[in-house]
Amino acid sequence: MDYSQFLVMKQEIGLLAVFLLVFLFDTFMPQRGQGCVGRFCCVLFAIFTAFGFCPSLTADGFDSAFAGMYNSSAAVVNIKNILNIGALIVMIQALRWADQDMVRIRRGEFYELLLVTLFGMYLMISARHFLLFVIGLETASLPLAAMVAFEKHRYESREAAIKYILTAVFSSAVFLMGLSFVYGLAGSLYFDNIAVALWGEQFNALLAVALAFVIAGIGFKLSLVPFHLWTADVYQGAPTPVTSYLSVISKGSAAFAAMVILWQAFGAVYSQAWEWMLYALIIITITVGNLFAIRQRNIKRFLAFSSISQAGYIMLGVIAYNYMGMAALMYYVLVYIFSNLAAFGVVGAIENASGKVWIDDYKGLYKTNPRLAFTMMLAMFSLAGIPPFAGFFSKFFIFTSAINQGSVAIYVLVLIALINTIISLYYYLLVVKAMFISQDDCVIARFRSAGSERLALWICVAGIIFLGIVSCVYNHLLEIV
Amino acid sequence: MEITIPILILAIPLFMFLLLGLTGMKMSHPVAGILGTLGMGTVLVLSYITAFTYFFSGNPEFVAESGERLQAVIFNQTWLQFTDSLVIKLGFLLDPISAMMLVVIPTISFMVHLYSLGYMRDHHGVYEHGFQRFYAFLSLFSFSMLGLVVATNIFQMYIFWELVGASSYLLIGFYYKKPSAVSASKKAFIVTRFADLGFLIGILILSYYTGTFDFMSLTSAPVDGIANVYQVSELTAEGVKGIFTNSAAPIFMGASVMTWALVLIFMGGMGKSAMMPLHIWLPDAMEGPTPVSALIHAATMVVAGVYLVARLFPLYLMEEAALNIIVVVGALTAFYAAMVACTQIDIKRVLAFSTISQIAFMMVSLGVARPEFHHGVGYMAGMFHLFTHAMFKALLFLCAGALIHAIGSNDYTAMHGLRKYMPITHITFLIGCLAIAGIIPFAGFFSKDEILTACFGNSMLWYVWMSLVAGLTAFYMFRLYYLIFWWKEHKVHEGHHAPHDQPWTMTAPLVILAVISCVAGFVPFGTLVTWNGEPMFAYEGFFTNLAHLDWSVAAISLAVAIIAIVIATVMYKKENPLPAKMKNALPALWDWCYHRFYWDELYQFITHKIIFGCISRPIAWFDRHIIDGAMDGLAIVTNKASWAIRGLQSGRVQMYVWVYLAGALLLGAITAICLL
Repeated sequence: MDYSQFLVMKQEIGLLAVFLLVFLFDTFMPQRGQGCVGRFCCVLFAIFTAFGFCPSLTADGFDSAFAGMYNSSAAVVNIKNILNIGALIVMIQALRWADQDMVRIRRGEFYELLLVTLFGMYLMISARHFLLFVIGLETASLPLAAMVAFEKHRYESREAAIKYILTAVFSSAVFLMGLSFVYGLAGSLYFDNIAVALWGEQFNALLAVALAFVIAGIGFKLSLVPFHLWTADVYQGAPTPVTSYLSVISKGSAAFAAMVILWQAFGAVYSQAWEWMLYALIIITITVGNLFAIRQRNIKRFLAFSSISQAGYIMLGVIAYNYMGMAALMYYVLVYIFSNLAAFGVVGAIENASGKVWIDDYKGLYKTNPRLAFTMMLAMFSLAGIPPFAGFFSKFFIFTSAINQGSVAIYVLVLIALINTIISLYYYLLVVKAMFISQDDCVIARFRSAGSERLALWICVAGIIFLGIVSCVYNHLLEIV
Repeated sequence: MEITIPILILAIPLFMFLLLGLTGMKMSHPVAGILGTLGMGTVLVLSYITAFTYFFSGNPEFVAESGERLQAVIFNQTWLQFTDSLVIKLGFLLDPISAMMLVVIPTISFMVHLYSLGYMRDHHGVYEHGFQRFYAFLSLFSFSMLGLVVATNIFQMYIFWELVGASSYLLIGFYYKKPSAVSASKKAFIVTRFADLGFLIGILILSYYTGTFDFMSLTSAPVDGIANVYQVSELTAEGVKGIFTNSAAPIFMGASVMTWALVLIFMGGMGKSAMMPLHIWLPDAMEGPTPVSALIHAATMVVAGVYLVARLFPLYLMEEAALNIIVVVGALTAFYAAMVACTQIDIKRVLAFSTISQIAFMMVSLGVARPEFHHGVGYMAGMFHLFTHAMFKALLFLCAGALIHAIGSNDYTAMHGLRKYMPITHITFLIGCLAIAGIIPFAGFFSKDEILTACFGNSMLWYVWMSLVAGLTAFYMFRLYYLIFWWKEHKVHEGHHAPHDQPWTMTAPLVILAVISCVAGFVPFGTLVTWNGEPMFAYEGFFTNLAHLDWSVAAISLAVAIIAIVIATVMYKKENPLPAKMKNALPALWDWCYHRFYWDELYQFITHKIIFGCISRPIAWFDRHIIDGAMDGLAIVTNKASWAIRGLQSGRVQMYVWVYLAGALLLGAITAICLL
């Protein structure tokens, strides 16, 4: 066996090394040193993240291993780097939460589980064979259930975990069923071979159902409507760091994987089938996500629905079916990471300090905690797509890439997405209004958030502003893909 | 050239703005002021190095072997890529005029930074409220103005154009508790924004037809033999003209599309440079602190319009009609502003109208410039006057600031006879007046003489007209001078409260600018700044400019200026009934001048009666009832829909799974049915 092919998996190996070091640290460190396992993990992971940007990694070009099951390219390395940044911010945000009484004893496990799910996502992104993809998908999904249940002393956390695992298992079953249809039709699970085998194939009902099931399986991770119903309950019940992880990292990896699968495996039947499915899914996802978000009073539930509609926008990059779409998608995920994590960072900080999770509790926040209110405002503006913040440009690029595809249907789709942007502006601004304009008798008392939380928020704010002003990062991404 | 220094030139003021803006309130007043001043001082040194390198290093990047000065792009970074062809870049362009502006802007800005250290505090040395904010805004302005002049493309220029407008707005309204300052800042912003609408439309037309924003490809002079290594494409001014003549819609309302584009772009310049009829904001802008008036509303921002025309000059050359419009607008404005300046009693207003008039001189100069006559002397003269005017007008404004600071009023009737009390201010103000009046050997003489030469070469009408305006200039400036420093002194000046010269932070800039005003005329502009980069004549030592003067024109203009000064001396040196007699002899003329020809009233009428009444009200009704109604309808539907589907989110996992399965099957089924 040629062991040199492992070298292609530099990032996976690095991540595994980080995981093992954290695991060893957690297991064998005497009780006294246990306190800094979180910080240890953050530092190691930060080094690993920086290592991801080494030119030797990105310059490798196109490489595959394990008989083409695994594949790495500059774009793949890049999306992994983007996910790393997000995961690092989540880890930093979680430091204070992991220090709480009920969680403290297991905090090492939190970081280990997180690293394992990230490993699974790496495999999903790099997979060029459905078997490896499913392994990655499950590696990413199952530990997440444990993470959702991490505050098992809380009823909501347990309930959320149960709901998550049940729906996830069901979704996996549907997905695998779809795969078996695909295997039946194509006789292979390699993406490339499927594309070749389906090339001359007459379109038939079985293929439609197989495609629908595959898309449903990925749509579950992306929480596209109607596969989204778990999202709100799980986001609300799960600990806030887990929610933020679910909403950005998990989504970002699934979106990229969806693009790879749909392009590479089903590119041949593109114009016939999955384009229309995605049209329908995007429209209902954005619309239904928005409609539910308007009604929410719990801030985490609110962000859950907002993230559902954001997933719809991300999928516009997939439908663009060109390299601009790929770059726009990566840029969108990057911006979304900063914006959403800023929002969740503020939510987490307030929850840790005062335990309040309702939008009405945020009334008058500007008076007592102006910096947090300001950060939240930036996050909301960026999510809503108000220039000059990054969110505007990410929406702009993703719409542009979709428009470039040029059909009438896509114009209609983008138009509907634009109208939904206006609707989303309404509910994002509701939060801003609560913080800055509304008056309330029992405002959240002034508090000083922990250093780790501030650091994470500073990173996010810098990202939102920097990526907005220097939107030429997009051009850089465009050159990579 | 290395890109470090150019980047620093832009980065330092931006950094200072962020630093002072974000953390200024935590600093003590002097620390903030000194930090800002030091930052600007660094920029000053770096800009001088850059400009010096550009003009004198002889680097092949900047000067061709034939002696032609080239346009050099130091860096040009893609900022926003809309499509493959439509790209907005941010960069740094060095050519004669941007290098010249790199001297002007930091010089004045630094002087104003230094001066404000003394000016922005009262007689007891207490700093004004918002002192840090003031310096933050000054840094923002310097950043924006530098970004504007080094723009590599018209869109970058537009971005910084708006930024200088915004910082001007912030600084005019610096005393935001004073209603007149607030309304003046709003007026300035609205009027210039209105003009910028034209600018934007012009940019869009131009780029729509040419497919580029880039200055180099729009304007590079026709290449004959000299290969310009930095030329990005073959598009030249002639090429642009060709595009417009070949395009499908070359005529619109009797003028070619290119004329329209250029005139609309000029409209943006009219707004910023306060050309009639968009001049009405500049006199009101004097509500800002006086150092701001010196920096923004005399020396730098208001000449942005002139700079814009100069930047696109090769394009304007292709359209005779556009150039003629510039000449007419400039000539009318120059005369109008000079007439009004003769009657105003607020010293800052006099200087403001004088500024309008002088900028109009530059515009006329660009408008009459033709390559056939003396290698396009008008272009060189316009830029030369921009340079000298920046120096002596900033000097005059800073002197005015010193006077206002000492007296506590803008009204010269409260001054009179100050020459004994404030000798330094007196001498420097006199130098400024001599310079603007065009007395040899002060700076204004040389530049104004070149402008008149250029007018002479174009047509006799403009020559006589502008000479008359030059005479008026000398008259109103010396009227002001005598009324402030001569006449009978006031009783209140006696004793303890006697006005006196200011601390060194204020007098040093005056002296430095006065010295520059004395010698700036000898800068051999003809060898440095010309429309196509080729030197007009060789450098022959300190007196090059004198050697190349057209003495017939110079003698006449000198005579006109001296006659005007003599008249002013007779009328205003001592209190006498002559001015009152003249006023009574021509009451209508005096009234019209005093009320600035009722332009503001005209605008009030047009906006309030016509635009608000006939256009805005119906639109408001439409907005309230139709647009809002549609939006309300959308909101109601959205709300209803979100209420209707809430049952979907029941919390029951069984239901979730059913929906999931139904959704997947439906998706497959519909696709299958549709496609089979």
